[in-house]
Amino acid sequence: MRRFRAAAVGAATLSLALTASACGGGSTSGGGGSNDSPKTLTYWASNQGPNVEADKKILKPELAKFEKQTGIKVKLEVVPWSELLNRILTATTSGQGPDVLNIGNTWSASLQASGALLPWDEKNFDKIGGKDRFVESALGSAGAPDKDPAAVPLYSMAYALYYNKKMFDEAGIDKPPATWDELVEDGKKISKGGKWALGAEGANLSNNIHQVFALGKQHGADFFTADGKADFTSDGAVAAVKQYVDMMAKDKIIAPGNAEYAQNQSLSDFAKDKTAMVLWQAAATTFKSQGMSDDEWGVAPVPVDSGAPGAGKATNSMVAGINMAVFKNTKNIDGSLKFVKFMTSDAEQKILCKSYGSVPPVKAAQEDAAFDRPELKVLRDTLAKSAAPLPQVPNESQFETAVGTAVKNLFANAADGREVTTASVKAELVKAQQQMSSQ
Amino acid sequence: MHSAKEPSANAPETERGPRRRPGRLRRIGLPYLLLLPALLLELLVHLLPIVIGITMSFKELTQFFIRDWGAAPWSGLDNYEIAVDFDAPVGEALLHSFLVTCAFTLLSVGLCWLIGTTAAIYLQETFKGRGFLRALFLVPYALPVYAAVITWGFMFQRDNGLINHVLHDQLGLTDSAPFWLIGDNSFVALLTVSVWKGWPFAFLIMMAGLQNIPREMYEAAALDGAGMWQQIRRITLPSLRSVNQVLVLVLFLWTFNDFNTPYVLFGRSAPEAADLVSIHIYQSSFVTWNFGTGSAMSVLLLLFLLAVTGVYLWVTSRERKSAHV
Repeated sequence: MRRFRAAAVGAATLSLALTASACGGGSTSGGGGSNDSPKTLTYWASNQGPNVEADKKILKPELAKFEKQTGIKVKLEVVPWSELLNRILTATTSGQGPDVLNIGNTWSASLQASGALLPWDEKNFDKIGGKDRFVESALGSAGAPDKDPAAVPLYSMAYALYYNKKMFDEAGIDKPPATWDELVEDGKKISKGGKWALGAEGANLSNNIHQVFALGKQHGADFFTADGKADFTSDGAVAAVKQYVDMMAKDKIIAPGNAEYAQNQSLSDFAKDKTAMVLWQAAATTFKSQGMSDDEWGVAPVPVDSGAPGAGKATNSMVAGINMAVFKNTKNIDGSLKFVKFMTSDAEQKILCKSYGSVPPVKAAQEDAAFDRPELKVLRDTLAKSAAPLPQVPNESQFETAVGTAVKNLFANAADGREVTTASVKAELVKAQQQMSSQ
Repeated sequence: MHSAKEPSANAPETERGPRRRPGRLRRIGLPYLLLLPALLLELLVHLLPIVIGITMSFKELTQFFIRDWGAAPWSGLDNYEIAVDFDAPVGEALLHSFLVTCAFTLLSVGLCWLIGTTAAIYLQETFKGRGFLRALFLVPYALPVYAAVITWGFMFQRDNGLINHVLHDQLGLTDSAPFWLIGDNSFVALLTVSVWKGWPFAFLIMMAGLQNIPREMYEAAALDGAGMWQQIRRITLPSLRSVNQVLVLVLFLWTFNDFNTPYVLFGRSAPEAADLVSIHIYQSSFVTWNFGTGSAMSVLLLLFLLAVTGVYLWVTSRERKSAHV
């Protein structure tokens, strides 16, 4: 029947998977993998490039190189973002997953809690050249602070302020804003006649979270208490969310239409000279694919109130990126570790990050001249000095949904011309928090 | 398969006994044997997941236990209590989405039925272009749901979508370009897509049903002076009663459980006005990783649908019986 619903399929898969694991046993036993199948590996790569095919083109030659070096054949599957988390969940319940996989680094602690991933203790890290090779902030987004990381950083990204040079010229602005006040002031000069100052992806829950998390840091709010409990309603959190939504509701520098954006439409508005600024991570390749040449846009750190990004209240980005994890029940544990070592080696990091426009989380690879481009310099500095990992708590995934939805609802209200007040922001966040605590 | 051969292999031996026995055995045994694979599959594909789902609904199944769900602690009726505590946020949201789904289903099924039936009655008469129209009406039914709904999503975009272009720019029916995919209008958008997607099925079933009504009845009625409206009321609709019974039930179940349409249209978090139960449960289970509560909600939904279906079948079959008496 064509009316087969994705939910039903998902539930059925899950149930069958559960049955398999319940009847078959084995898969649920602990342990750290075996070497029963030393000649092959299955690798789930997250979709990083413009599409799945582009990823295959980038990765296949590298995997062939690995096979030549070690004799291990890697079976590659590139999984689109929208499917990745569900695929990982199903693999976790059934124990029938890949050997090595990419995960979004914000899921690290959630997946760590499931116990499905190989913990990266000293011994395992030594096998890939040691922990010291990696940038500290990237390691901070690989698992809960007091535990062995659940994954190894693979690609790093950070947020920056991208600006459209032509639109800045037309508005008579000679340099990108360094503080939020400047951004709003500049924004009001730009936002007229169908042109808008700042782009947003109001219906994209994850993007909402990334933006309000950095703003939250600037208001001294963490969204979680030190012992991992949801804390969405603090004054700082409310102020952060209100400041973000107010750019549409009060300052009117974000186009109301952005409230329904979730497919990177704001980037295409930017390329079409309709929006002058976007807060984005590693956007260069997208701009190029939209027909913008590199000299048409500039890049600056995301504003902070002091104008000088740094730690604490001067945090201006989340640590964005992709981590690489090994499934605990792999049948090729030695091969998996070798593969992670290969992918995080200095040489491969340079090749892969260059292709994807990301920053290598491996310190030595960052030194390469290819990463000296002004854009990557800003991203690299941000990662090193003024980015903080999202709260590494097991219910991070719920946080993204609950607070991301609250911001989405508030944007919808702002777009409809309804007033956004401290009270209405707080009410949305209270609702989000209640959903967390009663589940 | 092996056992299937046994009766026939033994047949010559029992030839001497009472003559009708092997025949009867074959007649009674074979059908069940042939049904066995289907029964086993049914058990595996439907019954087992239901049993597992019910078990899960009594467990505290979060990300800490998905790897070994058997080890998740029993939580008794906790998940159900959370789901039906309408004063707390989870229950309140579930009740809200349930009510939205009820309104959505009533409207969608009603409109699908009305449009499908009207179209089927009109296409009863032979006229030039009838075949083309019939084929055209079935297009929504033939398109892959996903692609069709994505296209609708594009059309509903506020700034670049076709809907606003027509409503606002060309016809000037609205003061400003409204949002369709966020806010309260999302209900209208969802309903539009659902009806567009659902009515061809009603049309198809009604067409089949209409073929079974003898033309003579209409001719006789026309001779007696009955107009078109009277013919529809006195002949068409009563003759379609049993077809309608199935059609409405199937449309109801499909619409109430529809997941594809809202998911493709709105993503993993639907606007409040269009928060259907199916997507709400998906969100509880797969997005917030709370499989226990999600399962409890699913079981409640199953019970509700069973109850409605039961009552519906009971009432309609009684009506039919009394109509025949």
